[in-house]
Amino acid sequence: MFPTPIERTAPSIQWMYRLALPAALVIWLLPLIGVAMTSVKPASDLAQGNYFGWPSHFAFENYVDIFRNSPIAQYMRNSFLVTIPTMIGAVALSCLTGFALAVYKFRSNLLVFFMFVAGNFVPFQILMVPVRDFSVQTGLYNTFTGLALFHIAFQTGFCTLFMRNFIKGLPFELIESARVEGVSEFKIFWYIVVPLMRPAIAALSVLIFTFIWNEYFWATVLMVGAEKQPITAGLFSLNGQWIAQWQLVSAGSILAALPPVLMFFLMQKHFIAGLTLGATKG
Amino acid sequence: MTGSTTALPAMRKPSGTWWKRNQRRLAPYLFLAPGVFMFALYVIWPIFDSIRLSFFDWDGLGQKTWIGLDNYYELGDDENFYTSLKNNVIWLVLYMLAVPIGLFIAIFLNQTVTGIRVYKSLFFFPFVISQVVVGLIFSWFYAPNFGLLYKLIEWMTGTGIAFLAEPDYVTYALVAAGLWPQIAYCMILYLTGLNNVSPDQIEAARLDGAKGWKMLWHVILPQLRPATFIAVVVTVIGALRSFDIVSIMTDGGPFGSSRVLSFYMYEQALSEYGYRMGYGASIAVVLFLIMMVFISGFIWKMVRDERGV
Repeated sequence: MFPTPIERTAPSIQWMYRLALPAALVIWLLPLIGVAMTSVKPASDLAQGNYFGWPSHFAFENYVDIFRNSPIAQYMRNSFLVTIPTMIGAVALSCLTGFALAVYKFRSNLLVFFMFVAGNFVPFQILMVPVRDFSVQTGLYNTFTGLALFHIAFQTGFCTLFMRNFIKGLPFELIESARVEGVSEFKIFWYIVVPLMRPAIAALSVLIFTFIWNEYFWATVLMVGAEKQPITAGLFSLNGQWIAQWQLVSAGSILAALPPVLMFFLMQKHFIAGLTLGATKG
Repeated sequence: MTGSTTALPAMRKPSGTWWKRNQRRLAPYLFLAPGVFMFALYVIWPIFDSIRLSFFDWDGLGQKTWIGLDNYYELGDDENFYTSLKNNVIWLVLYMLAVPIGLFIAIFLNQTVTGIRVYKSLFFFPFVISQVVVGLIFSWFYAPNFGLLYKLIEWMTGTGIAFLAEPDYVTYALVAAGLWPQIAYCMILYLTGLNNVSPDQIEAARLDGAKGWKMLWHVILPQLRPATFIAVVVTVIGALRSFDIVSIMTDGGPFGSSRVLSFYMYEQALSEYGYRMGYGASIAVVLFLIMMVFISGFIWKMVRDERGV
């Protein structure tokens, strides 16, 4: 193991390490801790200059306030309405494409694969004008379907890379022997490969959920107004309305961060497995 | 889908056998069709359409007027374009710090003391939350008069600095905010990499007297190469894609000094500055070409690895 395990070092170093850990963590998360504290401070604290001290009382009413006086619940709902269909759609499409690219040898295989990979890296701005125009032309502009369809298409790039590499790691003999028995290709996919893909499906689902929940650019390009915009775009406009009311901005930020954070803590193993795919193969 | 394929051969004999004979040849195309269609429609075709549009003058609604390279000539004289380009370079260079810092934190956390798992997750935290939230958090951190960093600097030097209001500092302040989640991402890549470093090689190197930096450089880093590759790729792409942080924290200001190409493009094409779709497209094409330099490098390496396997 690198570095040298701390248990093997002098006791003084072990003590220093134990102290350094929480200290480093607090410094690392300082901005976040500050905002979390601000979100439960009554407005009067901030007015009196109590920016960093303990709140005079825990003002959870800030959270009630943002629900009562802003469309934040609507924004959150919109986020779910975009995120969940995207998650399902992108994972489903990439199960198919990943299977095709991992299992079959055909001439354009690598070409199609690298088209997905390369497309995944392009700047959003090169897509912006045509995608927006296409959405306007087809009536998909400012609809959940329209935004979700774009996200599904774009995320299919990354998901295909992921699924294809995952399926490549499965034992190919399973497929071969099924073919010998005369099982059709679609049955092989559905009854043999898909059940084995469960961990990959879980990992991609949490990743896509997080990516799309946190997505901001397309939310502003393809959606307008509180009726339709997801929470990221919503926070931007609320930030404009809540000028200098930092207790509200903070509460809104914490609330917006909550779903992906919960997702991360509940599905940590899958989340990290998805994110670090390829970081160990050499 | 599966139901129909099993029913077909029994019902229609001739086509059924044809299907049976050819299904393995056709199956990949059928599996690929929906994904490729969506990707072509929303990703591949728009790239070419944007390039085409960059030769037009267009407000997004009315007639498109062919103007040849005029948009690009205009870019050549556009101060704001150069500011954005310069800021993109700053982003790109400084964002790369995420890779070594991420490695450093990963090494720091790669222990097995009790509770270390919780520490690792909490260090990873900034990556999980939206860049919009990161932007708001750092806006508060930098805020003049009461921001934590402002106060800290005021306490140390006597006068605080309003980073987001200073054209000379603002981009650096934004990059610092952007680095926060990016470092977390690189850290998790390296933690996974370190987990898979061969213990035998480390022990062997220890017996040879390798320690500290020497060990890191000659034994560990070569084994972390896959993690480093991914960390560099995601960091370069992340740097050139920076949009959220700029939009949330400064909206390109003060006086447009924190614009980057992605943001300037959006501003030209879709904001109160007017709907100049053609001009915006030409900015996007420039950004795309810059990114293509990196993307083709990455793809080239990946293709080589793929062939090598």
